Amino acid sequence: MYTSTLTNRRSFIKKMAVLSAMTAAATMFPGIMFADEQERNLPKSGNLDWKKAPCRFCGVGCGVLVGVEKGKAVAVKGDPKSTVNKGLCCVKGYHSVMAMYGKDRLKHPLVKKNGKYVKTSMKEALDLIASKMQETIKDYGKNAVSIYGSGQWTIPDGYVASKLFKGCIGTNNVEANARLCMASAVTGFLTSFGSDEPMGCYEDIDHADVFVLWGNNMAEMHPVLFSRLLDQRLKRGVKIIDFATRTTRTSMAADKSILFKPNTDLAVANAICYEIIRNGWVNTSFVEKHCSLSKGLTNMGYGLEDKYSFKDKPEKIDFEAYKKFLEDYTPEKVEKIAGVSAKDIKYMASYYGDPNTKVMSLWCMGMNQHTRGTWINNLVYNIHLLTGKISTPGNSPFSLTGQPSACGTVREVGTLTHKLPHGVVMNKAHREHAAKIWDVPVENIDPKPSLHTVEMFRALDRGDLRFMWIQVTNPMVTMPKLKRYRDATKKEGRFIVVSDIYPTPTTDIADVILPSAMWIEREGMYGNSERRTQYFEQMVQPPGEAMSDTWQLIEVARRMGFEKQFAYKEETHIEEIYNEYRRHHEGKKHGMAPLEVLKSQPGAMWPYVDGKSTQWRFNSTYDPACSNGEDFHFYGKPDGKAVIWQRPYEPAPEEPDAEFDFWLCTGRVVEHWHSGSMTRRIPVLHRAMPEGYVELHPADAKRMQIRTGDLVKLTTRRGSMKIPAAVNQRGVPVKGQVFVPFFDENILINDLTLDAFCPISKQPDYKKCAVKVEKA
Amino acid sequence: MTIVIEIPAFMSVIYPCIKKTIKMPIKSYLAHPHHGKKMELYQTLSALSKCEVIPAENKDLLILVTDTDSSSEEDRLQEKLQAIDSMKLLAMVSGFNTTKN
Ligand code: SF4
Repeated sequence: MYTSTLTNRRSFIKKMAVLSAMTAAATMFPGIMFADEQERNLPKSGNLDWKKAPCRFCGVGCGVLVGVEKGKAVAVKGDPKSTVNKGLCCVKGYHSVMAMYGKDRLKHPLVKKNGKYVKTSMKEALDLIASKMQETIKDYGKNAVSIYGSGQWTIPDGYVASKLFKGCIGTNNVEANARLCMASAVTGFLTSFGSDEPMGCYEDIDHADVFVLWGNNMAEMHPVLFSRLLDQRLKRGVKIIDFATRTTRTSMAADKSILFKPNTDLAVANAICYEIIRNGWVNTSFVEKHCSLSKGLTNMGYGLEDKYSFKDKPEKIDFEAYKKFLEDYTPEKVEKIAGVSAKDIKYMASYYGDPNTKVMSLWCMGMNQHTRGTWINNLVYNIHLLTGKISTPGNSPFSLTGQPSACGTVREVGTLTHKLPHGVVMNKAHREHAAKIWDVPVENIDPKPSLHTVEMFRALDRGDLRFMWIQVTNPMVTMPKLKRYRDATKKEGRFIVVSDIYPTPTTDIADVILPSAMWIEREGMYGNSERRTQYFEQMVQPPGEAMSDTWQLIEVARRMGFEKQFAYKEETHIEEIYNEYRRHHEGKKHGMAPLEVLKSQPGAMWPYVDGKSTQWRFNSTYDPACSNGEDFHFYGKPDGKAVIWQRPYEPAPEEPDAEFDFWLCTGRVVEHWHSGSMTRRIPVLHRAMPEGYVELHPADAKRMQIRTGDLVKLTTRRGSMKIPAAVNQRGVPVKGQVFVPFFDENILINDLTLDAFCPISKQPDYKKCAVKVEKA
Repeated sequence: MTIVIEIPAFMSVIYPCIKKTIKMPIKSYLAHPHHGKKMELYQTLSALSKCEVIPAENKDLLILVTDTDSSSEEDRLQEKLQAIDSMKLLAMVSGFNTTKN
């Protein structure tokens, strides 16, 4: 029998290692037992005080336990009670607390005076922001001010921002960086179901037989969820199909990797629907009872010009018309467009079509950062609707989100120009509902959406916008066609406020820099991909004068004369704000869990009704909001039916040609969080992935005599830069494509990308533009 | 600061870089034996120095904790582990960085 002989600090660490292994084993083998004596010997917590929080980084929303010792967060472990990650974490999660302790943390406000940043008091900085905003409104009107936030905003941050700008000031110039990552998912949900966010939940992973990953490098972007897929494969032999334009770690771990030409996922999705109909795999009774069919406008353009606008005109069609439309998408025809063999298309269709196989489709940026992003979201829903594989355990089209609160804050609180916490600004009843809770005259809320993200930066360039407050995001790394927007911020008569925790290329363009309190240095909530809202308490003090983004906004709102609407007490403001916010969503369709519940457990999923989370929406067995007496009720639509959309394949706005002969695709890596401003300050992660690179296909590299480490010159119509090559390293793009990650602020790849966007969602496409590739 | 770097089981495919860049003298693993080889695997692992093994009582699984003094020692141990026939899969669960006592 095992007996431990360890006695000192090293022995403590060793016991912790055993404990971690036992926790992981218990996750994978419920009921597993080790000798009592061994478990008794293990340290419970040492001197650490462990407190629960959602992870700071991605939208998976793992539950973590943070170990606090003498006022400092010193350790992290996965929360075994969290159903999201069951005690596991990824490399970013485990190092998350280190992101708070970088040497160059911003601790005091800085104000630009005569071209130099001068340290100032928080009071003076907040006074200046409020007076500048008032002055701008007086001189240029209320639509000359704006706020640009983030899917990393906590729920209270986004809520007070929306209340201040939309409710009090009266401008819809409220946007968040989730426009750059999730907007097509939102419009996909709204057009297909009339209600945002996935109908299923992560527990679908434990039921599905086949996983189809649509342009989704889950192994790097959603690592803990991907480990759950791999775990299911070991236990139940499930199949993982990776459908992508680049071979990644996900492809290598998948059972089958299928590569397609950029933008042609639209054609492949239609071909799968064609096959489903041709083989008689349609779930006819489901479609007849629960679906309607529509088509919209085509050849919409790509939003490349300033003030571009588009409004779709949906038109009902019948099943025969839809069937006829799909005749252009036989697997054989699509093989020629997409470079995917007809056999592989039929292979994917056969899993979706088999009534005895449960299929989960997963996607993230590949489908959302797409100039036809709304369409491709619609088309994948079509596959699930035609087969009736939706809203039941294991049958689940699942749009994953990138940021920890892209769902919770941006989509649910509604920090996009057209949104309100409940509903949209265009709807009178929704405006009245919000105005009542906000205690503002309903006329304050402008019924017209104003500037979406790309247009907001264009307006800054034109001079229509004069004041911008940027919180928790780094647009001077992440905006497409970056040079135009960087130059815009430097123009005369623009005033930029940036709230952040470290200096970044975005703080470089600020007139005022406010130091923010990060994550567990304040209290808040995030909402993850599966509609789960998770609470975290303040565990440590923020450094210097750093202040939460919520409180910064409250202070400025009060200075602008909105004391009545922002009369929250400092000690209880998060609770007061959350309780006020919950009122917007009251009811069976979107009820949020009370704060006591969020404090007592690792989150709850909305709709939270009668003390219970809802795991599968639109299914009357699980969702109390279903009221049509049928098995399913898509109550987001007035007729209770989900929409099967007729959407064609259309090419990307800028495709390779004789001069710019490659595709350029950009993306992320597992070690770094987005623009790297936090993770590049964590030594282990920085060492693991120190700098950006350009991946080439080995055949292209050989032809151009480029080897790993050689400098490669990339040129697009927007600019040019030199980047070290990576051949056969982490990922391998398809021939004729290069891939560059965007985390490295010394390699601003977005100087080369194109600011084309989906006309419906207004989300830019960072995955496709034409580039010339040369050995430097 | 003690930072726990816990790598989900089955994820070595996702993190090959980690092995290269992070020095973690104490590591824990889940060792999965081939069918019917649990006892053989237990004996083989127990015979290796710098290894502690904890068998599960009711499942085909062992916990392995390694505690090496240098990267060369770690590399040598890794080679020995790779060569064990009775082992189906070795999945790293955690690595702890600590100063030597
Ligand atoms: S998968 Fe995402 S939420 Fe989970 S630990 Fe990693 S970064 Fe955090």
